[in-house]
Amino acid sequence: MDGAEALLESLKREGVDVLFGISGGAILPIYDALGKQEDIWSILTRHEQGAGHMAEGYARATGRVGVCMGTSGPGATNLVTAITDAFMDSTPIVVITGQVATPNIGKDAFQECDTFGITMPVVKHNYLVRRSSDIPRIVKEAFYLARTGRPGPVLIDIPKDISAGPLDQFLYPETVNLRGYNPNLPAATEQIKAAAKLIAEARQPVLYVGNGINAAGAADELLKLAEKIDAPVTTTLLGRGGFPAGHQLSLDMLGMHGTAYANWAVHEADLLIALGARFDDRVTGDPKAFAPNAKVIHVDIDSAELGKIRFAQVPILGDVKSVINQLTEVVAPKKHTQWLERIDEWKKAAPLTYENTGTGKLKPQQVIAELNKATDGEAIVTTDVGQHQMWAAQYYNPKRTRSFITSGGLGTMGYGYPAAIGAKVGCIDREVWCITGDGSFQMNLQELATGVLYDIPVKIALLNNSSLGMVRQWQKMFYERRWSGIDLSRCPDFAKLAEAYSATGVTITEADEVADAIREAQKNPGTVLLNFMTDAEEDVFPMIPGGKTVHDMVLDSSNKAVPIPGSNGNGLDGATATATASTYTSEWTDDINAGKKKI
Amino acid sequence: MSETTTEIIKSNVPPQADNMMMENGVPTIVSNGVGLPAVNVMSGNEQLHTISILVENQPGVLARVSHVFARRGFNIESLAVSRTEDPTVSRMTVVVAGDDEAFTQMGKQLLKLIDVIKVIDHTRDDLVGRELALIKVKADAAARNEIMQIASVFRANLVDISEDTLMVEMTGKTDKVDAIQRMLEKFEILELVRTGLIVLVRGPKQT
Repeated sequence: MDGAEALLESLKREGVDVLFGISGGAILPIYDALGKQEDIWSILTRHEQGAGHMAEGYARATGRVGVCMGTSGPGATNLVTAITDAFMDSTPIVVITGQVATPNIGKDAFQECDTFGITMPVVKHNYLVRRSSDIPRIVKEAFYLARTGRPGPVLIDIPKDISAGPLDQFLYPETVNLRGYNPNLPAATEQIKAAAKLIAEARQPVLYVGNGINAAGAADELLKLAEKIDAPVTTTLLGRGGFPAGHQLSLDMLGMHGTAYANWAVHEADLLIALGARFDDRVTGDPKAFAPNAKVIHVDIDSAELGKIRFAQVPILGDVKSVINQLTEVVAPKKHTQWLERIDEWKKAAPLTYENTGTGKLKPQQVIAELNKATDGEAIVTTDVGQHQMWAAQYYNPKRTRSFITSGGLGTMGYGYPAAIGAKVGCIDREVWCITGDGSFQMNLQELATGVLYDIPVKIALLNNSSLGMVRQWQKMFYERRWSGIDLSRCPDFAKLAEAYSATGVTITEADEVADAIREAQKNPGTVLLNFMTDAEEDVFPMIPGGKTVHDMVLDSSNKAVPIPGSNGNGLDGATATATASTYTSEWTDDINAGKKKI
Repeated sequence: MSETTTEIIKSNVPPQADNMMMENGVPTIVSNGVGLPAVNVMSGNEQLHTISILVENQPGVLARVSHVFARRGFNIESLAVSRTEDPTVSRMTVVVAGDDEAFTQMGKQLLKLIDVIKVIDHTRDDLVGRELALIKVKADAAARNEIMQIASVFRANLVDISEDTLMVEMTGKTDKVDAIQRMLEKFEILELVRTGLIVLVRGPKQT
């Protein structure tokens, strides 16, 4: 047995049956071994970045570890974006890269780069294999590290002489021996009690839920807790699907492009229960003015997240699923009738809305609303990054966990389509849609070849506004319409492009064609690209400008900040006013209101 | 594959949790024992922190650790690395400056590194701390006597002599080494090397 065969045998022991990657010189021994076996399906992608995002999509949809591969040098550097993406969004993947033979390392050999050093800051852990006999142990550790604790990417760099080198015997270890890694700390009971006490005292609690819910598979548990304590739930972008949209306790997404009622509820809350969420700046805006009246219970599996951005009165280190179970057991059932009535008023006052004329220019929101209707929120949706991503988060209401797959932390344009392929490979019996934009899609469109060749039928809804829309929106709002670097009007004809890859491509320009086009795509057994020519003037609202507060939230293109209905700005009906909220002023909205800023 | 039954973590060094101090149920950097504070107040909240980091004796570990310092904007004042009584474990003794909040965050980031076994903040520990310096001083026949006297006051050793130079070996606390360095400056220090601080906690307590 050689190193490459030992690697594949180890992958099989970890239950791997599919991997995504591209061959090349330094990884030849591994691809040679792959060609000689049939247990692992090796999907050849068209770019290593695509392979990385496919592994991510697979992991996010299934909860299993995704595996991708590339050769040394450019193969490895092409994977770096996907690795960083997985690191930021805590996605469990194992990345295997070829490396030049050991004697050539450090000598600027052909296709040599310091993969170990380059990836060090963006992996949970990485390895440069020095002995063929180490391969089984390293693979065992890599998978254990990737999926336990706070999940993340683990990279194994294997020099060519090591993958080609012989092993005396193959011994797959039963256990891992990592004394510096202990992910299974049980949550402290005193902390659970302290949290239960805060929950009992709260009059206006909000559950603020992040990716941890989906990663821990705790959606059912969350629903039980929320209903028992009768607390509304808002999810982050990555938390979408962790709580059923449409549930009466659902506030939908919070943050920069979250719903007004979610942001108002968080602002007025007296208790914020953060579950597997990390107070990202796209959620908090100005962290000092975020949830200014709330005490915080913060549950996270990564101790470095606790207290990193926001002080938590009760930090709880632990697996979010078991902590929720513990909490649900000890809390007494509650009713927050008044609080929920107030929220219902907000939901009526400022629902998510767009101008739907039914004729004229096609509104991007309408496309997603129709998609939501056609799939009944049961499909797996992946997105790219930009305006379409935010509209997808707002108007697509995933009913199931692990069904809204998007690049949140790193914000990687080009993520959506390969991630959709990975998700489809992992969940072959589910409908998979990629919602993308004309800018994002062109960053990894070469994977159409992969999707068609392997018959991985993903449906693509491309919202085509012939520009980098989110950047355009910021230039419109904050840079006096000085357009720069956003014009994509010389895009290819995406429908023809799809046809060129032997997929089906349709261009839709009229509002009344949308529903039919989506239905037709659903009936089509192959890859379909729907090219929706949307209104380029449409922007994403609500919006809290970066680093600002809920008081700066604008709901539509009038760009007027709106006060919180029924609030004196102090929260809690003025009962426990704090200085933070009431004394905060916003130069940005003041400028607009005074007509100083041209919008 | 089940994670609970088959993957028991075996360890010949106590796992982090056993020695980890919990604050509000959250593990923090180990920091117990009261004694002389090994802290020099600098400006504002900036303090000098002395920490020990026990790491796997593996290639790349120093890069991982130093990257955490670099990314968080901590300047390393001194760094000493060596094997410990257990050849698979290395000890890094690091002196860094930074405010407490950032320091806590950095400690947690260090703990996240798989190769880091333990991080110990010695801010409130009773320590024996030593540095070794080799100082090559310009010394003609006329100056030699005075340098030898200074060395003797500091209980430093003379380890090399030539027509024009003397080399002084000084072991002591950081401020002692600073002091002899200052005393020798007037003779012109030709070359100087210091190991950086190494520390062990006094008494039976493990560092």
